This record gives sequence, structure tokens and C-alpha cells, in this order.
Amino acid sequence: MTDQGRTTNANAERRTPNAAPLLAVEHLTAVFDTAEGPVPAVDDVSFEIRAGETLGLVGESGSGKSVTALSIMRLVQPPGRIASGRLWFKGRDLMTLGEREMQSVRGAEISLIFQEPMTALNPVFRVGAQIAETLLVHGRATRGEARDKSIELLRAVRIPNPESRIRDYPHQLSGGMRQRVLIAMALACQPSLVIADEPTTALDVTIQAEILDLLRDMKAALHLSLLLITHDFGIIAETADRVAVMYAGRIVETGPVREIFRNPGHPYTRGLLASMPGGRPGQRLQAIDGSVPMLGALPPGCAFNPRCPDRFEPCPAAPPPDYAVGSEHTAKCYLHDPAQSSVVLRQAVSNPQSAIVPDAPR
Amino acid sequence: MPLVDVAHLVKYFARDAGLFRAGTRVAAVDDVSFSIDEGETFGLVGESGSGKTTTGRCVLRLIEPSSGAVRFRGENVLEFSKRRLREARRDMQIVFQDPYSSLNPRMRARQIVEEPLIIHKLGARPARQARVAELFHLVGLNPAHLDRYPHQFSGGQRQRIGLARALALNPSFVILDEPVSALDVSVQAQVVNLLMDLQEQLKLTYLFIAHDLRLVEHICSRVAVMFLGKIVEMGPTASLFAAPQHPYTRALLSAIPVPDPDAPRQRIVLDPASVNRDAALKEISAGHFAAV
Repeated sequence: MTDQGRTTNANAERRTPNAAPLLAVEHLTAVFDTAEGPVPAVDDVSFEIRAGETLGLVGESGSGKSVTALSIMRLVQPPGRIASGRLWFKGRDLMTLGEREMQSVRGAEISLIFQEPMTALNPVFRVGAQIAETLLVHGRATRGEARDKSIELLRAVRIPNPESRIRDYPHQLSGGMRQRVLIAMALACQPSLVIADEPTTALDVTIQAEILDLLRDMKAALHLSLLLITHDFGIIAETADRVAVMYAGRIVETGPVREIFRNPGHPYTRGLLASMPGGRPGQRLQAIDGSVPMLGALPPGCAFNPRCPDRFEPCPAAPPPDYAVGSEHTAKCYLHDPAQSSVVLRQAVSNPQSAIVPDAPR
Repeated sequence: MPLVDVAHLVKYFARDAGLFRAGTRVAAVDDVSFSIDEGETFGLVGESGSGKTTTGRCVLRLIEPSSGAVRFRGENVLEFSKRRLREARRDMQIVFQDPYSSLNPRMRARQIVEEPLIIHKLGARPARQARVAELFHLVGLNPAHLDRYPHQFSGGQRQRIGLARALALNPSFVILDEPVSALDVSVQAQVVNLLMDLQEQLKLTYLFIAHDLRLVEHICSRVAVMFLGKIVEMGPTASLFAAPQHPYTRALLSAIPVPDPDAPRQRIVLDPASVNRDAALKEISAGHFAAV
């Protein structure tokens, strides 16, 4: 395998100084220690988030997307741990920070919104006190100011009657209201990066729409960057500027949101998009064969190869590197390896339905 | 004659009286009527608390309804004796949402699928074993895995086991309660395809309970939208999705995220004042009813 098709370095050179990313994750590997040895949940993952943009991280359960989020906050709990990698945030590597310094980053500069708003809130404290705590811990308010600021934050996330709501306990609020409280807490210290891990999965579709609107408005008003983790391509299409697709611990494709939908480069991404209901009612859906592999028992080479309709010789041999698919668009798939173009073309001729020709109009 | 005819179904849940509080009751299902034709897939959609799951369970009398009628092939299931009901349930089955909690972890896949045959005293052991193998094949499971336990299967495979169990008695009517929502996205399509194939092959009639409106639009011939225990709109899928009449249906449909970055978005927010809780369903166009 030559380095001919690799684009990681080329991308780094193309990056202009004023477009320096807010967060650059480089070669992050997080493992879980098991009796059989360490199992990588996140395997050599690199991506960046620019100021003011929303990066959508898509993946199924077990793809490593939540562990990636926890890794950025350095909150991976044993038996999990970050094995290697760098987390460049505003010019410094978060991996080199001591726990005290890291605490001043968490919640203040990077904050996290969890999927389950009931378990993320403490049931025995009033929501006002929980928001105030965030402000006090980071020295953003005095005790006297904290109450007023909490009310202000609840009003900002469109909770009606915030003056009386701050005295509510979490169980007195609906799921959507709880998620608003969590968003208020995440925004309390005006962070520059918010990580939202499946923020609407537990909610009804109309409430989900309200929360997504709220996140979008808050992002614009506060010039936030947002890392939005989801398994729903509908949510990605509505909120993300760029997309990273994860499968079995690796980012298999990255690109601008339109590119990902119009010209998906990885067969997994294509399969996911094609499998969604749509098209003619009653027609069979285009399913992806097989099931998501267990992390401890990944197939050799490209982890998707046993399920891939476009599999060919190099796939089971070694994991593919990133290949360029388009501008700022890469995929870990040998179909895009310039050295394999003859094979790819041959496949396209024999099986025009499944194989893709890079840059061919779709 | 429709296969299933639900008329004025009501289910109250009681809230017990406290020391200083009178007991109250909540209508989880509030005067719900619909009918399902043979071979059709009828969708019941709504958000959490709308009463869609309770309605499904009342149809099978897994929850006893407070009043109303559920006619199956013309006979009122709610008047059946216990014994008669057990007989009738051979023909009416349910597949649950969560394949992780709906299969007994201590039973082998073979035993799970065989159990309904034993309960209904169908066939001797060799015949039952043959039927189980046949069912495994039918739902696309490898018969070599018959002796595995549920935890040894993936979510999609577990849902196939649940489906094999439901089909063991050769029912004509199956209630599918959120059958794919707990599955990985890449596996959902496989199970949806299987459901559609089985329907065609076995001439099944489905009551499909779901909150995924894109999926409902794809596989249901008719849909009813539930809101706070009532059906507020019902009609042929194409007509209902193209021209929703009830304010709640409009809000619900506009809230579905569209998987296309260039799709125009117009969010309709439900104005509670626009909902007339007492409006009766009236026919807007052929077979399309709305409570407006």
C-alpha cells in the first residue's frame, strides 16, 4: 500500500491559518480493558471542528461515537481509557492538562448534553440549584447573582415561567423541559464547543423538532461550535454543516453535508442512506446485509467488508486509509484508491448498480 | 366484512384515592373506533402517551378495556370466555418493541418458538420440532443456532425470534408494536423487508403501531393518528400524508426531519387552542376522516 492516495497530510497543508479549527482530534484511540486484552472502541480517529460550525457524527450503537464524545471531555471511565491521541483545543492539547485544569475546561469551555435528561439531572436538587452550581463552580456568578442568572438561562431556552420553574425538581418536568434545562446548564458558562450526544433520541418527534430549533438558534446567537452525535440522517440533514460517519470505531467518511447526501463515497454511508424508507410505498427497502460486528471480534481489513456489496481483493487485507472523494471529502474505502482504479472500473462495468466510479455523476 | 373492527373502545386507568383526595380516572383510550381489512397494514401513530400501545393491547385483551367492542371476524372478543379467548389468540398475535426484554433469557431460541405450540397442545414433539425449524427458516434465521440463548443473537436476530414465536400458531392477524425502533439503523430495513415478505407469503393482516412516520408512510395502506387518547385523523396513507387536515397531524408531519439537506423546511407548531377536543371525525374525502 503506497501513501499516494492519503489525504490527511494534504488536508493539513491546505488548512489556512485563519481557519484554524477550534478542536482538532488527532489519532484518538480509546480502549476498553477486558480479560482478553484491550478492545479499541475508538480506533485512530481524527477530525476537526471549526469555529461556529456543526459537525454531525453519525453512527450506530457500538460505533464509538459516544466514547469519542467522552474522550474529548476526558471523561472515559474504567475499564475504558484513552490509549493515545491528541486533542487540540484552542491551541493546547487537552491530553497534557492535569485533572484540575481539565475541570476548568469541562462545562466552561466544552460542555456536554447527554441523551437521557432524567439521568443527567440530579433528582434530589431543584433545577435552579443545579444551574447555579455550574455558574458557581466556574466562578461565573456570585451566590447573589446565581438565581437571577439561572432564571435568565431558563428563559433563554424558552421555558415558560422560569421564576417558578427554578424551584421544580427534575421529576416535575416533562422530558422536553428537562432537556431544555440541560441545554441551559450546558450554555451557562458560554462555552465555545457544545457536544450533544443523541440529545433528542428519548423525545417525541414534535419535541425533538423544538429542541433542534433551540440548539440551532442558540448556536447562532452564541457563535458556538456544535458536535452533534446521532444515528438519524434526518437530523444530520437539518442541522449539520459537515458530517463524519463512524463504523466499528473508525471514521469511515467525512465531508460537507451536501456531499455526503449527494455523493456518498463509502458503501456503508450509501447503504445507510439507501436503506431509509422513502421511494415508492410498499417497495422492499434496500437493506444492508448482516449486522454490526462486535468490537472484540472485528473482521480483518476494512471492518465493513463482510457486509459490503462492493468488496474486492484489497478489502480484507488491511484497513483502508483515507482517500479523497471530493473537496474536503474523504472515505476509507479502496474504491477511491487511484491505484485500484482499473479494478473499480471493471466492477462498475460488471455491476453498475453497486460499484461506483469516483466523480461519476449520480 | 373487515377482519378487525374496533368500536368505541375506552380504557380508563384509575388513580387511587388518597387520604384527602378522591380517586380519579384517566382515559388512556377515549372512544376509539377503526377497522382493519384482511391483508391490510393499518398504522397507528402518535407520540408517547397518545394511547396507541394501550389500544393495541386492548385489542388482544392483554389489557382489559373499560368498554367498547373489538370484533374479530365479526365476533366480539370482549365477550369471549377465558377459554374461548385462548382459542382466539391463536389467530391474533403480537410482536413487542424491545427484543432484549421480550425474550426469556433462560430459554433457548428453540424453546421460545416452541412454547406457543406446547401451550396450545399442537402436535407431538417431533412435529413441533419440525415446525420450529420451519419457522426459523421462514424468518431467515440459521437453524444451526436453534439451541442458542437470546443473548447470543444480535438485536435484529432477536426480533426475528420474536416474529417466529408470533407466527408459530399460524395467525392471520399480527400486532406489531414498534417492531424495529429498538434496532440499529442498518438492520431496520432487513426486518421491515421480512415483515413485508411474510405478509405477502402468509396473507397476514398487520396493526402497525409506530412513531416513525417515514416508515409508516412506506408500509401502511391506511393510518390513524392518535392524540391524547383519541383518533384525530384517519385515512389512506397517501391522502393523509399529502393533505393532513387536523392541526395535530400537520404539526406532527412537519416535525419529521427530512433526510435531505436541501429540502425546504416549514415547521408547523401546534396551537393547543386550535384543537377542538370534542370534534367528531367527519369524512373529508374518500375514506379520509378528521376531527376538525
